[in-house]
Amino acid sequence: MMPPESWIVFFEWCEATALGTAVRNSMYAFPLIEATHLVAMCVMGGALIMVDLRLLGVGMKDQEAGKLARLVRPWLLGAIVVMLSTGVLLFLSEAIKCFYNTSFWVKMITLPMALTFTFLVRDRQILNDVPSRMRGRMLGSTSLVLWFVVAAAGRWIGYS
Amino acid sequence: MIRSLLEWLGSTRWSVTLVESYYVWPLVESTHVVTLALFVGTAIMMDLRLIGIAFPGVPASSFIDRLLPWTRIGFGVMVASGLLLFYSSPLRYYNNLFFRIKFAMLIIAGLNIWLFHSRIHKSIQTWDDALTPPRSARVAGILSIALWTGVVFSGRLVAYNWFECDIQPQPEWVNWAAGCQVEESAP
Repeated sequence: MMPPESWIVFFEWCEATALGTAVRNSMYAFPLIEATHLVAMCVMGGALIMVDLRLLGVGMKDQEAGKLARLVRPWLLGAIVVMLSTGVLLFLSEAIKCFYNTSFWVKMITLPMALTFTFLVRDRQILNDVPSRMRGRMLGSTSLVLWFVVAAAGRWIGYS
Repeated sequence: MIRSLLEWLGSTRWSVTLVESYYVWPLVESTHVVTLALFVGTAIMMDLRLIGIAFPGVPASSFIDRLLPWTRIGFGVMVASGLLLFYSSPLRYYNNLFFRIKFAMLIIAGLNIWLFHSRIHKSIQTWDDALTPPRSARVAGILSIALWTGVVFSGRLVAYNWFECDIQPQPEWVNWAAGCQVEESAP
């Protein structure tokens, strides 16, 4: 899974940006941004998982999934904003490495899928309607699988 | 005594196999990292409710009775994968400053959980539906978020060798805190 070689120009430009260079030249910036990325992953993961578990028919069964999704939304959105901004910083500091990294591309393909699914499919169906048992299970399990791949691929970028 | 025990542990066949494996070690480590979302993630959701800044209209007991079992499952996976990682290089982690900070915060986080369940949780009927739980519950929630954030931070920083015993000279307090055995170099 590799993008067209011509795209490398863009990645070289990213790596040369002032932000990318600053993060790369600092001994502490990358690790601290990375740790912040992880803490935000916890908030985001918790916000997603509690709704998905409910949709699967386990977890907080005494609450409507739609109610949980509505209440957790500000936290989910806030965590995603932190994830994206820290993620972009990490990427800028090592864009060329990312270009040649399969896990990076797995994440770049599954991340928009997971975001689209969460906000345009899952939440759209549960915020206003109570989904059937079967549909709830499909929504919850698809969300968990998609986000799991995003997270695992993200961790795997670092192993190469 | 502890050092020679850990040195022996790190020399056992499975420990060497684990640390040298191309796929198994990363698999164990990524399990440890991804499970954070389940363990710390659900714990933080509960803490936000205890602090009283999220989930109005959802009783606190719903989190404790129905979400906490999942937090516990996550914790089990964290401990199992964490023990395996420790087993892969025992001495290295034992002498790692961030590992020690992480461990200290884990113990305090454990005490916080114990205090919550042994005292604050007992009166939950009186504040279960309250938008703002009592002060003690809010403090427990704030402490929990702060401590787990600290655990995640120091856990991630374990991978960086800024304070490694092998890299000398280090400040005296670092060598003390990390338990480094620094040999006096000949003049």
